[in-house]
Amino acid sequence: MYAYDDIDRTLLSERVSEFRDQVKRRLSGELTEDEFKMLRLQNGVYLQLHAYMFRVAIPYGTLSSKQLRRLAHVARTYDRGYGHFTTRQNIQFNWIKLAELPDALADLAEVGIHSMQTSGNNTRNVTSDQWAGVAPGEVEDPRIWSEILRQYTTLHPEFSFLPRKFKFAITASKHDRAAIKIHDVGLRLHRNDKGETGFEVMVGGGLGRTPFLAKTIRHFVHGHDLLSYVEAILRVYNRYGRRDNIYKARIKILVHELGADKFAQEVEEEWRQMDKRVLTLTDADIENVRSRFSYPVYENLPHMPDELKAAAHDTRFEAWRKNSVAPHKVPGYAIVTLSLKPVGMPPGDATAEQMDAIADLADRYSFGEIRVGHEQNLALPHVAKRDLPALWRALDKIGVATPNVNLVSDIIACPGLDYCSLANARSIPIAQELTRRFANHETASLIGRLHINISGCINACGHHHVGHIGILGVEKNGQEVYQITIGGRADENAELGNLIGPAVPYGEVADVVEDIVEAYLALREGPDELFIDAVKRLGVEPFRERVYATR
Amino acid sequence: MTSPLEQKKIKIAGPSIVTANRTWDGAVVYRTAGHGWSTDLTEAAVVRTADAARDLLSEAAADDVNAVGPYIAPVAVDQTGTIAPGNLRERIRLDGVTIPLLPVAVAA
Repeated sequence: MYAYDDIDRTLLSERVSEFRDQVKRRLSGELTEDEFKMLRLQNGVYLQLHAYMFRVAIPYGTLSSKQLRRLAHVARTYDRGYGHFTTRQNIQFNWIKLAELPDALADLAEVGIHSMQTSGNNTRNVTSDQWAGVAPGEVEDPRIWSEILRQYTTLHPEFSFLPRKFKFAITASKHDRAAIKIHDVGLRLHRNDKGETGFEVMVGGGLGRTPFLAKTIRHFVHGHDLLSYVEAILRVYNRYGRRDNIYKARIKILVHELGADKFAQEVEEEWRQMDKRVLTLTDADIENVRSRFSYPVYENLPHMPDELKAAAHDTRFEAWRKNSVAPHKVPGYAIVTLSLKPVGMPPGDATAEQMDAIADLADRYSFGEIRVGHEQNLALPHVAKRDLPALWRALDKIGVATPNVNLVSDIIACPGLDYCSLANARSIPIAQELTRRFANHETASLIGRLHINISGCINACGHHHVGHIGILGVEKNGQEVYQITIGGRADENAELGNLIGPAVPYGEVADVVEDIVEAYLALREGPDELFIDAVKRLGVEPFRERVYATR
Repeated sequence: MTSPLEQKKIKIAGPSIVTANRTWDGAVVYRTAGHGWSTDLTEAAVVRTADAARDLLSEAAADDVNAVGPYIAPVAVDQTGTIAPGNLRERIRLDGVTIPLLPVAVAA
């Protein structure tokens, strides 16, 4: 966990006071909505279909048990008893009252949580691998660098009014769990031949109506130079990014129109001529941030404790262990993913009671730490293997032990038309129906790894372009219809999916997905060929034929 | 200077109302014939011409203190005069989400 200092605490406290005054002036009529809108957005407050929505940042997906309890408190006190974990390591509350927002912010600030820059045309919450610091084979903990970037970008005056929103993601593992190639800037931590830490810098990724994967503009930027290089990128974007057309304002459009090589030249030129002194990180700067992260003192524990051997006869436990428990960098420990995708329920939602219970379990079994992943699940990052059976029983009781992580019912979905003012179609009911269709664990296991992503509009908060199966809801003649893509992926081999054919009505989406899955099972070379690999080998055509032959 | 609202061409395809969100809590509200707001759709002022819609919207937009983001929305009015939302979006705004709100009851 990162320990806030007095500067952080003062900043948050002053920010709450400032927003309290702004809300007061809005409610009295002193500020019009036009004047207030920018101010509320800068504090993560949107206006949705039914109410205001409050988006709270969980930087690099790390939460303490104390912070999670406070989120539960906000859900219970100011909202309707639940929260929604998003695809960018945020949590959203859907029913917040503007008049009560300053109190909610003050309660969160007490535990070092805020909503700054979770909206607006600025640098957003810096996201990272939810297994950061515990994943085997990781170069080093990417949260150190995420935190440095967070501090640098928070309220940065030059980057508070960018042409459009701007998102960073960082990973330090070969397997990309942070979806860095669909971010404005994706940073892959690695070491050069001298063993120095630095970053491959990728720019111009993003989804929405014009999806692009990020392109590498420099293979190695030394860690000392991270901030100056990032500032050079942001300056080029600030100078050339379009402000005349919201649909062409993201950096991905600039990179695409200039070309990655030309964009890289512009950045290099800016970087060459800028005064880097104040932005160059010294070893002491980096160490200062590193020293404020605390790490558990792990015990020397057996790889296969007696408790685990004894529980192996329990088929339900074994199904969960095989699915939701991942190797940890320290022998005797494991990373446990908590599925927020129970059958028939909204993806990514958690009740206040669940959050409280998870916080208690984190204290008991995971050194008080919880992680939030962009797949809308949670994780306990430091669980002793001997505790897995007891932990599983507790997780099962509170409904977060569905053994479907990375399987077909582990669906990523945006809130869609049930909540969102931008949406054209519903996402959550489609996800619910699909989880019911694929509820059988044996069937889901037989299918293997398969990611379904659903968005309720072209803005693509559900990342449908990079779903193995992507579902995009649109409105046509007053009806909800859904375009289906296959072959997308968000990992280190990121790809955008391809459309399989005409959109299908709401009532047929689950049937179409079943057809696609059945075609895969019939066409795969064997159980080891994953869905995404079969699509790569076969292309869209056999799936298109299967889906549209009878439609 | 002509306001942006007056410059905007307004078209309606049938009976319409003006709806917005209440400022202090964001609740869905409807402009009434009595120049106020109500959370009850049956109390909404129904307009049937573009001019009447423009007037109702202008009046609603002028009340920026009490409601946010007013816009014209279609409704269906049956023979008894009962008003119903004219599209799915408005039905969801009136009736609430189409999904259960709380995922799981936590065991004691």
